[in-house]
Amino acid sequence: MQNTSVLMTGIGGQGIILASDILADTALRMCWDVKKTDAIGMAQRGGSVVSHIRMGKTIYSPLISEGGADILLGMEKLEAARSHRFLITGGKVLINKYCSPPLSSSGNEVAYPGDDAILSLFEQQGAEVFFIDGLEKVEKLGNTRTLNIFLLGALSVLLPFSREAWEESIRSKLPFKIIDINLEAFSLGREAVENAGIS
Amino acid sequence: MDNLQQLTAGSRVLLSGNEAIALGAFHAGLKVATAYPGTPSTEILETLVKFDGIYGEWSTNEKVAVEVAMGASYAGVRCLSAMKHVGLNVAADALLSASGTGVKGGLVIVSADDPGMHSSQNEQDNRHYAKLAKIPVVEPYDSQSAYDFIRLAFEISEHYDTPVLFRTTTRVSHSKSVVCTKEPFKKIDENPQFVFDPEKFVMLPAYARKRHVVVEERINKLKEYAESCVLNEVIEGDKNLGIITSGISFQYVREVFPNASILRLGMTYPLPEKLIREFSTGVKKTIVIEELDPFVEDIVKSMGIEVSGKSFIPITGELSPEIVASCACQAGLLEWEKKEGTVSEISLPQRPPSLCSGCPHRGLFYTLARHPRRRKKMTSSSSNQISGGLVITGDIGCYTLGAYPPLLGLDTCACMGAGIGHAVGMEKAGVDDKLLAIIGDSTFMHSGMTGLANAVYNKSRITVVILDNMTTAMTGHQGHPGTGVTASGKESIPVDLEEVVRGLGVQKVKVIDAFDVKTLGNEVKNAIESEQLSVLIVRGECPTAKSCLNTSYAVDTNECTRCNACFRLACPAIQHRGEEVYIDPGLCVGGICGLCAQVCPVGAISIPGKGVAE
Repeated sequence: MQNTSVLMTGIGGQGIILASDILADTALRMCWDVKKTDAIGMAQRGGSVVSHIRMGKTIYSPLISEGGADILLGMEKLEAARSHRFLITGGKVLINKYCSPPLSSSGNEVAYPGDDAILSLFEQQGAEVFFIDGLEKVEKLGNTRTLNIFLLGALSVLLPFSREAWEESIRSKLPFKIIDINLEAFSLGREAVENAGIS
Repeated sequence: MDNLQQLTAGSRVLLSGNEAIALGAFHAGLKVATAYPGTPSTEILETLVKFDGIYGEWSTNEKVAVEVAMGASYAGVRCLSAMKHVGLNVAADALLSASGTGVKGGLVIVSADDPGMHSSQNEQDNRHYAKLAKIPVVEPYDSQSAYDFIRLAFEISEHYDTPVLFRTTTRVSHSKSVVCTKEPFKKIDENPQFVFDPEKFVMLPAYARKRHVVVEERINKLKEYAESCVLNEVIEGDKNLGIITSGISFQYVREVFPNASILRLGMTYPLPEKLIREFSTGVKKTIVIEELDPFVEDIVKSMGIEVSGKSFIPITGELSPEIVASCACQAGLLEWEKKEGTVSEISLPQRPPSLCSGCPHRGLFYTLARHPRRRKKMTSSSSNQISGGLVITGDIGCYTLGAYPPLLGLDTCACMGAGIGHAVGMEKAGVDDKLLAIIGDSTFMHSGMTGLANAVYNKSRITVVILDNMTTAMTGHQGHPGTGVTASGKESIPVDLEEVVRGLGVQKVKVIDAFDVKTLGNEVKNAIESEQLSVLIVRGECPTAKSCLNTSYAVDTNECTRCNACFRLACPAIQHRGEEVYIDPGLCVGGICGLCAQVCPVGAISIPGKGVAE
């Protein structure tokens, strides 16, 4: 097992903490050592959220250093861009095509970056970038709160964990009533990446 | 969440440091747990109340929490009190008294420090309290050690008749790592009883003098214990460099110096002098790597042992593997190259924390920002003094976020409950401004009542606004005496804020709706201009306490004149989409708020179809 670090970023309310808990739990089920740490801003909602997940044989620091993340999962475009320095040269980036302008941007001080600017930021690092329209997919499912699990499905294609371990972990972390719809979202997320041909 | 109570010995689970502390305490036979919520400590009590056989409470403040725990300890049961670092300042009187009396049942005080100030007003290093109180301090470095060490902490407490300070940091409390569970301790005493012993429990000078001798003997015995206790561990390595470390810094040291000799201290007070001397003579050079103050470093230096640490490791902020590596590199201890990206930076908009959409505090801050006296104050400076403004003093809570632009609604924020005292102080100093203190409902219970009684007694004429959102919101909706719901979810008698305020002697008291802009404007004006001490209780429920499925407000773009009046509310749901003003339906809480509809001068904001569909 190769030490693997995943950075998840987004904004409060998107379910990042639950998603990173499921990833860490899946790694544990695969008998990897794992540590995770979350940086949550002061706001209950709307603030930046960053989750560091490190997995491997023996993990010491829970924090990922700059240039140390193998994969970046950005649930919001601006927050994905903000964390670009964490990505390893040639790393992989999954960005959910969702834009939530912060207050300062609402007041038109610094413009919200366009997709091209974000893409070129990562391409300079030799990264493989994949934009996914997660919201559109989960809207069809009828529950937009499954977005985090959809994106985990997408992420799962890039990690060497068995589908069973992922699904067991999802079952263990979610209330019974919403397990089926989330497993469906997970499958859709997998397909989105598999169809795009990156792995 | 996994059911922690059912875990059998030998289970491997992923736990946060705080969950591990709770599980370890449960397995150690904990009976009574007390806390006041505060990041990063809150989840300890939240986890503990889920276990059968543990009584857990949100106490009014940290001092009360420690006092309740002391009482339980005197009755012979194991007890724990958890708080954030600054909470221990509030509880310091109780802590130092507990050091004097000692314990019966094990008494562990958990202090969760916040290096880097993720959610705090300072980054004090609470290990100093152990030295001050002459009690041991135990520092875990991950979840497994948090679980193991807390079990041992109870035994140390009882064996040495001392409270134990258990010090974590944000990175330990909030990181998750694997914990392998052990056999729970056997239940010790099922029949708690208080045994008459005034020489131990009544700190009259005559008895306290004798206890001080006991305390000094105790710390000497603990020094002996430190030499061989399992909390401290030597990891043999390369003899060129020896590193003394503790807490999360230990993890960074292991990562950055995989081959060095390491002395990992799990008990950082009192220190094992012989062990440290032996360790440092066995290596060519000894350094100390610790977060915040040179606590260990200074004591080691006072032993006459040559070490360095803070000459190259920062004293401010949180450490990280990167910081440790680059500082060690600059000090010539390590060859390290920063992974320089070739990336050209682009300027990205910041996302500062803000009051949530639907926040019941927003209306008040909007009202204050629009008040003529406030606008006067905000244009004044030291070279351009304008009299007759409005000064707003405050403290700690969600409402501290009202200090950010464009609301700019706080002039002071120091510690819990401070705003009322600050306003009285400025009044007594003789400032020519009107004075208004803002405090939350939970904070008022915590430490506002005494300040208000003081204001009444000393004939103050300030205005106090209690923002009553009926919960402790900042830390994630914990109960407090005003909510009428206990930590374990049981109904209790809600302490009536209005009655308390009247009972303290305030004659001018008004309760107003937090979402009614017009009434807010009138009542704030009346209170400020009044020659009497006035209290306004601004009441509105926190929208994040429950899930709202209301239909959101929307902007009629044909009516909207793009005057941007609604942006003065600083609501995250109100955004620009190109030229147009747009309300994000995913963020807007709908009907319970409606501030934007009230402040729009042309009536362009409403809930679509309201009055027809509903």
